[in-house]
Amino acid sequence: MKIAIQAEDFDVSTELELLRKGIPSIGGINLFVGTVRDSHLGDQVAAMELEHYPGMTEKCLQDILEQAKNRWDVLNATIIHRVGKLLPMDQIVLVAVASTHRSDAYAACEFMMDYLKTSAPFWKKEHTPEGSRWVDARTSDEERLKKWQQ
Amino acid sequence: MKISIRFFASLKEALKTDLIKEDLPHEIITVGDLRVYLSKRDAVWAESLAPHKNIRAAQNLEMVTMDEPIQEGAEIAFFPPVTGG
Repeated sequence: MKIAIQAEDFDVSTELELLRKGIPSIGGINLFVGTVRDSHLGDQVAAMELEHYPGMTEKCLQDILEQAKNRWDVLNATIIHRVGKLLPMDQIVLVAVASTHRSDAYAACEFMMDYLKTSAPFWKKEHTPEGSRWVDARTSDEERLKKWQQ
Repeated sequence: MKISIRFFASLKEALKTDLIKEDLPHEIITVGDLRVYLSKRDAVWAESLAPHKNIRAAQNLEMVTMDEPIQEGAEIAFFPPVTGG
């Protein structure tokens, strides 16, 4: 299992290879990559800065991973989240889950992204032509969590 | 009770600090008590930590609610709702 918080970009092929290495029982991998959009709320986004709470972030991501392992058949998993200054098209986050069958890989990956978005201490600041602003949390993200709590 | 308090994102910017150390009076029991206590510093702190502001808190790297009792030597953090991913 791999958890990383880093300024550097990541290579999806490399991460996929690392995730699979030496585990022949894997039958399916689900992989999500979040990227920086060039607009938000009708404004052009020139750049984005990602801040986090060192120490708590790692603990929180570890907890998300543990929860996923308790609920689904997770043979291996990777969470990488970038911090610092990012530009449109840049990769922000990678969540990948390897499982025996695809249904567990899909579900665990979606669960981990939903939990990450609402509980991991990251904050986005956008730079637009109108100036800089902190991104507000979306209630739709909180709504998505409910489906995992039923 | 001696604790440290960290601030992040928009809260850090508004308060112009990311870390303070406090020796709390005995009547400050919970994280919510601390929020009220800090809001008495000046107008900016009062506005930033006002009850209507959507603020989250953590104690020793775990998310907590405002009624959580503060532990001796704790690291408390206040921040806006998270927006990663």
